[in-house]
Amino acid sequence: MRAFRTILAKDLRVELRTFESVPAMALFAVTAFVLFRFGLDREALEGSLAAGVLLVTVLFAAILAINRVFVAEREQGGFDAIRLAPVDGSALYAAKATALVVYLTALELVAVPAFALLFIDSWAGLAPLVPVLLLVNVGLAATGTLVSAIAVNSRARDLLAPLILLPLLVPVMIAAAGAAEQLLAAGGPSYEGLGRWVALLALYDVIFLLVGYAVYDFLLED
Amino acid sequence: MSADPALEPSQPTADPVTPQPAIELRSLRRDYADLPVLLGVSLDLARGETLAVIGANGAGKTTLLRVLGTLLRPTSGEIRVLGAALPGDAWRVRGRIGFLGHEPLLYRELTVRENLRFNARLHGLDAAEEAIAGVLRAAALTRYADEQVRSLSAGTLQRASICRAVLHDPELLLLDEPLSHLDPDATAHASRLIGARPGRTRVIVSHDVDRALAEADRTLALRADGTVGYCGPAAGLSPGDARAIYAGRDR
Repeated sequence: MRAFRTILAKDLRVELRTFESVPAMALFAVTAFVLFRFGLDREALEGSLAAGVLLVTVLFAAILAINRVFVAEREQGGFDAIRLAPVDGSALYAAKATALVVYLTALELVAVPAFALLFIDSWAGLAPLVPVLLLVNVGLAATGTLVSAIAVNSRARDLLAPLILLPLLVPVMIAAAGAAEQLLAAGGPSYEGLGRWVALLALYDVIFLLVGYAVYDFLLED
Repeated sequence: MSADPALEPSQPTADPVTPQPAIELRSLRRDYADLPVLLGVSLDLARGETLAVIGANGAGKTTLLRVLGTLLRPTSGEIRVLGAALPGDAWRVRGRIGFLGHEPLLYRELTVRENLRFNARLHGLDAAEEAIAGVLRAAALTRYADEQVRSLSAGTLQRASICRAVLHDPELLLLDEPLSHLDPDATAHASRLIGARPGRTRVIVSHDVDRALAEADRTLALRADGTVGYCGPAAGLSPGDARAIYAGRDR
């Protein structure tokens, strides 16, 4: 836990000092919503279309942060510093994934209100959307941290990470879209059958967190 | 000039009284892709001794340090560092090694003190703030402690990196050109931190042959093709012979 807290605190301190990830993600998301508003020529969205616009925008904004999650470690020797210490690789994985969850949550604090202002007539579905988005964040972070560690030493990492990541995230998008479609339905949220989508999201999160925990030490070796 | 057979490493003995060497290498080889960088390096280094590693650019000196530091896996050969067989038992020695490489291993957006605190916590130091204050004082870096690393000059950065490497008082110090970028005053400060002391084993990579030979107990001279030109007591290799190995004129 000591190493986890130390690495996480370092990452959050660096982000607060540089604002390299979260502002870029938020700006991207708001810009995408504005483009969707004009591109779709719709003043309001509901159901599957609303879910798709929100979740795909969050997904692509997340990739901005995922691509940067190990930049400091690679460029400034953080990998070596951490590997020289008596620290389990899973602490690095957990810290990086947690930092990504924090970044994504901060993004959504901006993006979801912007989305609601631009597209949503009834805000009744937004509160129950919060736990769904948190599960999405954990899934994106668990998978994104794993893929980013695989891609970070490649010269084509900016291309490689999304190419590996996006297919892996299809189950998250299916489950999250299924849940969000019901919560953003015209006429108010519907909870019938919502549990299976939430369960699928939670199952995905657990599987990828366990995979990341199991393989991260091997990924850190040369 | 070739290695003295009497100095060839012997098989580890089972004698419980004889302390185990800090470093034991047998036929170490490391390739990058299919290119051999280190070939057939064998040596023993007792605890508390200093090994100078010299050789031309590309001879594998930095690669050797990274292998000893558990940062690179060997392609073949046997390695024991502080009693742990690498790479399998790397976890046993992490935290007992201080590594100073070409990169400072410091985060540019953090201050010197924040970087040292980060490393102290990773290493689980109990009296971290006292240790940090101590190394900063010894390196004459106290006035730079709260400067972001990105704003430091090369020499100051090197001293900060030395502070990071010795902060946890490692048993084994792996130093790659430790005095580069340092003026004479800074060299004196740095030498206090990375100098020889009882119980501390050091491996120093340097192009300053005279200084390296004067400071070392043993010397490993690598040829440009990664093979061993000399391995033995530092006193057994003259600066002229060392330069001949550099230039590939030793055979």
